[in-house]
Amino acid sequence: MAFLDFRGGSGRVQIVSKRRATCGRHSWSPRVGACVLRTHLVRKRALLGGSNKPRLHVGSRAMEGAMQTESKIRADSRTEPGPRGPGCSLRHFACEQNLLSRPDGSASFLQGDTSVLAGVYGPAEVKISKEIFNKATLEVILRPKTGLPGVAEKSRERLIRNTCEAVVLGALHPRTSITVVLQVVSDAGSLLACCLNAACMALVDAGVPMRALFCGVTCALDSDGTLMLDPTAKQEKEARAVLTFALDSVERKLLMSTTKGLYSDAELQQCLAAAQTASTHVFRFYRESLQRRYSKS
Amino acid sequence: FLMSFRTVEPLEYYRRFLKENCRPDGRELGEFRTTTVNVGSIGTADGSSLVKLGNTTVICGIKAEFGAPPTDAPDKGYVVPNVDLSPLCSWRFRSGPPGEEAQVASQFIADVIENSQIIQKEDLCISSGKLAWVLYCDLICLNHDGNILDACTFALLAALKNVQLPEVTINEETALAEVNLKKKSYLNIRTHPVATSFAVFDDTLLIVDPTEEEEHLATGTLTVVMDEEGKLCCLHKPGGSGLTGAKLQDCMSRAVTRHKEVKKLMDEVFKSMKPK
Repeated sequence: MAFLDFRGGSGRVQIVSKRRATCGRHSWSPRVGACVLRTHLVRKRALLGGSNKPRLHVGSRAMEGAMQTESKIRADSRTEPGPRGPGCSLRHFACEQNLLSRPDGSASFLQGDTSVLAGVYGPAEVKISKEIFNKATLEVILRPKTGLPGVAEKSRERLIRNTCEAVVLGALHPRTSITVVLQVVSDAGSLLACCLNAACMALVDAGVPMRALFCGVTCALDSDGTLMLDPTAKQEKEARAVLTFALDSVERKLLMSTTKGLYSDAELQQCLAAAQTASTHVFRFYRESLQRRYSKS
Repeated sequence: FLMSFRTVEPLEYYRRFLKENCRPDGRELGEFRTTTVNVGSIGTADGSSLVKLGNTTVICGIKAEFGAPPTDAPDKGYVVPNVDLSPLCSWRFRSGPPGEEAQVASQFIADVIENSQIIQKEDLCISSGKLAWVLYCDLICLNHDGNILDACTFALLAALKNVQLPEVTINEETALAEVNLKKKSYLNIRTHPVATSFAVFDDTLLIVDPTEEEEHLATGTLTVVMDEEGKLCCLHKPGGSGLTGAKLQDCMSRAVTRHKEVKKLMDEVFKSMKPK
């Protein structure tokens, strides 16, 4: 996929910057208090399959999105569960696009330690039995890290597929098929949200026409009602309820939701509001990520 | 002319009704179809129920068998749901391994059981680490006219309330289980999760209890599972058009009223069964 010019020159190894959006304080409020925006650093990487001049590969860019705003930089790592009090934060995330050569679009999305690789093929030929006369047929295949795909994967595939269908302009490519293949590379909590983000980035990379972008956000509620965004695997297990939402980028409407555990109606609204705020950061990250990719700096 | 219009332009046909705030079968937008429930009709099963939501018919049979408890939870039993959508219920399904819709429905029911804690799995344990009850819940759809998830949840709940497990004692000498079929007891059902499904039309209109035709024309669906105290066990929205927080609130309030209707129906049915 050679739509990028070769970005020559500058050295390869650059500083990796961590990023985190911290929102609110102990009493959860959807206002985003202190988010710190840092400068992005772009890192070039060789395409898989290597070559002896790793930095000269066309069409591959790795981007690490880092976000920061003003001064307050909280104690960094979210790897160990921090104190519940000082608000919620999203983990460090990173995205890499166009890393596979065969699919029309591909992306790898990392959220903390959770990592998902997505590839998109399409619009392509479709089996007659599956074709729809006025729209594109969307198919999602989710492969777990180990073992064979089971019923839980089918359920998640349906969720991701319906989310993509709501957003992709299928009417522009009737009687074709768009296939999204997701491979779980590592799972450290918030897996479904990471899959959704990877799928979105891969669809963008493939150039599939969409009416909006979408992102996945996970919220966990623990037994005393404290809200945690983007929980790790340990936090998910200990939580009373885990809610995953997919929100669109235009009006932050709820596209998809799936929940686990018991919670009240008021808590649902609270989580939804929190997710909507968090999604602003994710979309900002998408935008910066893509701007970086196509900018000539 | 009207019938051919319905076949050629189903969406337009529906829109004309929706503009008047009603649906082709005469229902209001927030009205459910007639729900009927019949409990205990399958003699060979330990618990059974038949639920009809309009034309959608789901039958649930529960068989209890012995099994070894899982090694990481030695004092818990199993509840294994399986939703079977056979070619009998709709032209869309073929025989063979379960298709996507059946798998999604099975996963949904498993999630509802898990999240709502409808029965304590510890109640199913007979001897910690050695023997536990395994409840195989088979939900078979006999007629698919939309809103399969609501019907399945209701059927499961009614069947679980109908399950009678015999008393089991472990004979210390032989270490074998002795089943006393004469002494049976009901399961302890802690909560009553009730599902309410909605379909979203044209990104704005929400209708309750969609039929199969409406599900097909809808741009999105939403299922809310609520228990007595207004707690949500599951908010299942598999994609589709976006919804705002306010619309979700309306759905919640409708779910609360639906819960009351269903609870009343179930109490009536079980009251009429008691003197057995």
